[in-house]
Amino acid sequence: MNPADIELFVALARARAGLKVDPAKTYLIESRLAPLARREGFAGIAELATALRANRDDKLIWAVVEALAMGETDFFRDRAVFDTFRSEILPTLARLRGAAPIKVWSCACSSGQEAYSLAMIAEEAVGLLPGAQVEIYGSDISERALEKAQSGLYTQFEVQRGLPIRRLLEHFDKVEDNWRLTPRIRQRVRWRRVNLVGDMTAMGQFDVIFCRYVLASMDVPYRRRVLEALSGLLPPDGLLVLGPQETAETITQALQPVPGRAGIYVRNPAFRAAA
Amino acid sequence: MKTCLVVDDSRVIRKVARRILEDLGFEIAEAADGMEALAWCRAAMPDAILLDWNMPMMNGVDFLRQLRMEPQGQGPRVVFCSVESEPDRIREALDAGAAEYIMKPFDGDIIGAKFAEAGLL
Repeated sequence: MNPADIELFVALARARAGLKVDPAKTYLIESRLAPLARREGFAGIAELATALRANRDDKLIWAVVEALAMGETDFFRDRAVFDTFRSEILPTLARLRGAAPIKVWSCACSSGQEAYSLAMIAEEAVGLLPGAQVEIYGSDISERALEKAQSGLYTQFEVQRGLPIRRLLEHFDKVEDNWRLTPRIRQRVRWRRVNLVGDMTAMGQFDVIFCRYVLASMDVPYRRRVLEALSGLLPPDGLLVLGPQETAETITQALQPVPGRAGIYVRNPAFRAAA
Repeated sequence: MKTCLVVDDSRVIRKVARRILEDLGFEIAEAADGMEALAWCRAAMPDAILLDWNMPMMNGVDFLRQLRMEPQGQGPRVVFCSVESEPDRIREALDAGAAEYIMKPFDGDIIGAKFAEAGLL
């Protein structure tokens, strides 16, 4: 690949989505963009770059950014946090909210596994938390990822990473060689395209926001912007969930860690006053 | 060190599974069918069993039902590993006493994830 082309792709990903794409990882860039170039009718990546320079077609630019943003994910990735969600977070919020909806957002859900994992837990909790209204939202920057998420259709390989067999039998139907989440689970999740570095002031409030394995893929200044924007969408007792090895303290004062709960944060009440 | 009995009539599959499970810290024994597996278990009950379904002599489900009636036969955690992927068939294996179920083909990630689900890692 031509270094000037790589630079173009890296710059677009940064400007549009705050993404940090390592220009040294040419194999990664190539494996993401070669299929896109083919799909769009170009002979190769070089021709794709030429077209991007010639006419700054917004749709094509976004297609490139989305392809570079595609994350990998599993059902119930890092199981401990889902156990905490099921046994502590959800019951506590059910008590606090009563009949008002509990809004849970998987904000960079890629192909949807995290949002559906939460939906399965919510479905399994129906009998245990009578009256609780749990609403699950899934969003991603990539339309293609969202299309897949919305279909609820996963390969045999995907349903065997992180998903216990009993949950597979309970919540999926077999469709030829693939597995599709039951309508009950699919209806629990609402999908929407969201760019975390875009304007999020009209998003409304969320009681729990899952934002795992996203920050690491972002350029440093954008990490702060995203965390502060997300913290602004939390009520005082709302929670932001990062990956177990991810921290917010080093990035912003807007969030405070929940003691003893790796990766879980609440809003810092002093932050706005100070700002 | 935990022990795992790998039961499959394919020597290639046994070899692949052995390599993956040794990397996960298991000591491995192999059996080519249910009868052979039962003989192993009577001599030394393993902690875990990775179990194929369709095998000559004695199939996986028959072996598992027999195992659960043996002295100490409740002990081993059993993870099925079969090309069978119909929900009703999977349910049958779980009802017979399996803790987890792998649909072939598998790789190291899947075995790792399923053994973790079964409480073996």
